[in-house]
Amino acid sequence: MAYTPEMKELIKRVEATRPERLARARRGENYPALTMAEREEVLSKYHPDYQSDAKRTVQVGPNKGDTFQEGVARLLESRSIVRPDKVNLSTVDFDTDVLVLGGGGAGTSAAIMASQGGCRVIIATKLRHGDSNTIMAEGGIQGATQECDSPYYHYLDTIGGGHFTNQRDLVAALAHDAPLSIAWLESLGMIFNKLPDGRMDSRHFGGSSRKRMQSAGDMTGAEIMRVIRDEVRNRSNLITTLEFHPAVELLLDEEGKCAGAILMNMETREFSIVRAKAVVIATGGFGRLHIKGFATTNHYGATMDGVVMAYRAGVGNKCLHSTQYHPTGVAYPEQNVGLLITEKVRGLGAHVLNIDGEQFCFPLEPRDVESAELIREAMDVGKGIITPTGRVGLWLDSPMIEELHGPGTVKKELPAKFIQFERHGIDISKEPMLVYPTLHYQNGGINVNGDSETIIPGLYGAGEAIGGVHGENRLMGNSLQDIITFGRRAGRNAASYIQGGVTLKGLTLDHVVKFEKELAEAGIEDPAIAPILLPDYATEEVVERRWTEALTDRAALR
Amino acid sequence: MCDADNTTTKKTIRVATGDRAILPEGAKTIPIYIMGKKYDVPETLTIMKAMEFAGFKFLRGAGCRGGICGACPTVYRMAGDYKLHYGLACQTVVEANMYLAQIPFFPANRAEYNIEEIGGAAEAIHALYPELFRCVACNLCTKACPMDVDVLGYISALKQGNIKKAAQLSFDCIQCGLCASRCMGEIPQYHIAQLARRVYGRYIQPRAEHLAKRVEEIESGKYDAMLQDLSAMSKEELEKCYVEREREPDMTAPGAWQPKETRYL
Ligand SMILES: Cc1cc2nc3c(=O)[nH]c(=O)nc-3n(C[C@H](O)[C@H](O)[C@H](O)COP(=O)(O)OP(=O)(O)OC[C@H]3O[C@@H](n4cnc5c(N)ncnc54)[C@H](O)[C@@H]3O)c2cc1C
Ligand code: FES
Repeated sequence: MAYTPEMKELIKRVEATRPERLARARRGENYPALTMAEREEVLSKYHPDYQSDAKRTVQVGPNKGDTFQEGVARLLESRSIVRPDKVNLSTVDFDTDVLVLGGGGAGTSAAIMASQGGCRVIIATKLRHGDSNTIMAEGGIQGATQECDSPYYHYLDTIGGGHFTNQRDLVAALAHDAPLSIAWLESLGMIFNKLPDGRMDSRHFGGSSRKRMQSAGDMTGAEIMRVIRDEVRNRSNLITTLEFHPAVELLLDEEGKCAGAILMNMETREFSIVRAKAVVIATGGFGRLHIKGFATTNHYGATMDGVVMAYRAGVGNKCLHSTQYHPTGVAYPEQNVGLLITEKVRGLGAHVLNIDGEQFCFPLEPRDVESAELIREAMDVGKGIITPTGRVGLWLDSPMIEELHGPGTVKKELPAKFIQFERHGIDISKEPMLVYPTLHYQNGGINVNGDSETIIPGLYGAGEAIGGVHGENRLMGNSLQDIITFGRRAGRNAASYIQGGVTLKGLTLDHVVKFEKELAEAGIEDPAIAPILLPDYATEEVVERRWTEALTDRAALR
Repeated sequence: MCDADNTTTKKTIRVATGDRAILPEGAKTIPIYIMGKKYDVPETLTIMKAMEFAGFKFLRGAGCRGGICGACPTVYRMAGDYKLHYGLACQTVVEANMYLAQIPFFPANRAEYNIEEIGGAAEAIHALYPELFRCVACNLCTKACPMDVDVLGYISALKQGNIKKAAQLSFDCIQCGLCASRCMGEIPQYHIAQLARRVYGRYIQPRAEHLAKRVEEIESGKYDAMLQDLSAMSKEELEKCYVEREREPDMTAPGAWQPKETRYL
């Protein structure tokens, strides 16, 4: 959708200040960067991670006493969808060796490796197989495959990028397995960007000491997902995939081993019980919680379900207070809302501007600081631009790039973005883009060790759902590697655990009973019911017209 | 209710949060027909968000919401015009008097195979999908593709045994199934394309030799001690190693540069 006449009117203000701003830029002057103290202040006041107002301490469970965003805390302190005492656990609907929760990259790799180990596998996933964050990843996947590189340097880059807060056995596993993962994908027939002799055409990325990013066009995640999903479909003798069948609760056995899960068929609203000797949590991230109202880059089903279910079973999490926001997500046109605009645009000299076409920040602050400054300008100073769909954004003056570096630079340096906007009638070499911070990645997640094991025997975790690999800051390309490394490890280790002989005792939901008792004792009022499975985008008007207050039986209408 | 708040100077801005659309003051609505039924929705929304604005909650028909998963194929036409259009609900903006329906699933035959055994010859693909030769080159598949993939082009290439060309032409396929829904020959184009791409990646595209060598080194345990040492370091020691890393120059070709420090390679 091209800019509306009203927006075009506003763009004139940007154009009016541009010559003067360009002159300053040519003199090498920029809006002054913040001092360390000022950074602290803007972060603490406006960055969603730092603002204490919307954060709170959880009062129950393994992370009792830790502080989280309200939206996260509410789900950690939530009740089950089912009443544990009313569930008949004696009728088992599916019996299997390994139950994999989540059909993204991590779950799908785990399923393949478990079947390789001779196990019968069920993949239970929320949407279709492959509808996930994995399929959305564009940039690439890390792996120290070149001669000038090694797992040693991959380790260093990763832990340095994470401000040394990463869990070390996980970093070691990642760096060690990365080339093995890449070789595995190659042998499954993934098409990588290669030089004519077959060498990986790998590239640098933010925080890399070596060119370690391998890619498949600008749809690396999609290519990974397509290939491994296709491989699962070739193994129908061992792997069954249940789509639109999210897990809503883990099952333990009387000895405390993990023993399966309760699934819900979202289409018929029937529940089923899966008994499994091992379970892999690979349910991905939490972008769709829209922490503090932010738009997100994530897929429709990213609602933190795995972390919630594991929490009730006694598995805590780490780094979950930390969320990666990208300062420049698209705010207009609507079709692209939340999608990323690379830092390169600002690197090439584009200013970030308010509704009056004025600069209000140095354009290349660290990501978290930059995000906070945009939020302040729009929400507190009130100088954001409101779109026809009621979003708020700020200008990113991309036409400056043409003036500074010569005509044609935008198209040459930012081909994908150029096309993405051109398709909707916006020429970003002539018109500015409208941007706002967007919620990108769940840095934390459930606790596992380097073998993908949780503290519960038979329960494994992999992918965005686990915490510690990236510490408090993830490097690009490391999460696609994380899902293959730990997905494969989870599948392989689940298979060998089962081969070692696992005898399940009676199934129980006692952990849920116990957890809910804790909730009651802590006096938590009106806890959420979770996992929430899907976000609800009904408008206030629609909700009102649904007459929720006047209904005789609300449940009947669900 | 206390009205004291009205006197505060800062006006609260009502903005859309997350993916929930709102109708800001003064914004226009347009009529659209979802499966024949009229709804008034704000202009500039995508079909997906317009349907949510109208009160639908997706179960099927929404996945990535970013144009890459293929969950939301949609067929529409404009009032008074016979012409059918195809698009992704998450990428297509509503227009006044659009009649639309989603096709979230379309049945298509898929053949199982073993990637280890299939080999790089086109005959194997022909044997798995004999319906390939039912193609009458009507090109409806290409016209229906929301990703502008040359579907007929890759099907024709495969008929001629050109796997590389088929792999390249089909690379942007998101497997939404619109091609198959339009096909007179009842060909499952996107499954065949997937097979062709895997065969290409596995058997035709040259393998990365440096990768095979690295795998051997890792499996021989070459890096185990190094990684253990790193994990045992204090934060200060790690920081020192981190700061001392040499950076591969930007402009050298992959594989061309060697660092001064080679002990950890
Ligand atoms: C737009 C975008 C771009 C990115 N770019 C890159 C990049 O260039 N490089 C990089 O390394 N990383 C990138 N990332 C991050 C990376 O893609 C993800 O972190 C990673 O793919 C997550 O994989 P996963 O398998 O853990 O989760 P997902 O791929 O999200 O899969 C989780 C699956 O579990 C399902 N699920 C959820 N709840 C349940 C439940 N209760 N029961 C059953 N199933 C459930 C979900 O529907 C989904 O199918 C990007 C992410 C996004 C969103
Ligand atoms: S929802 Fe994924 S392509 Fe539209």
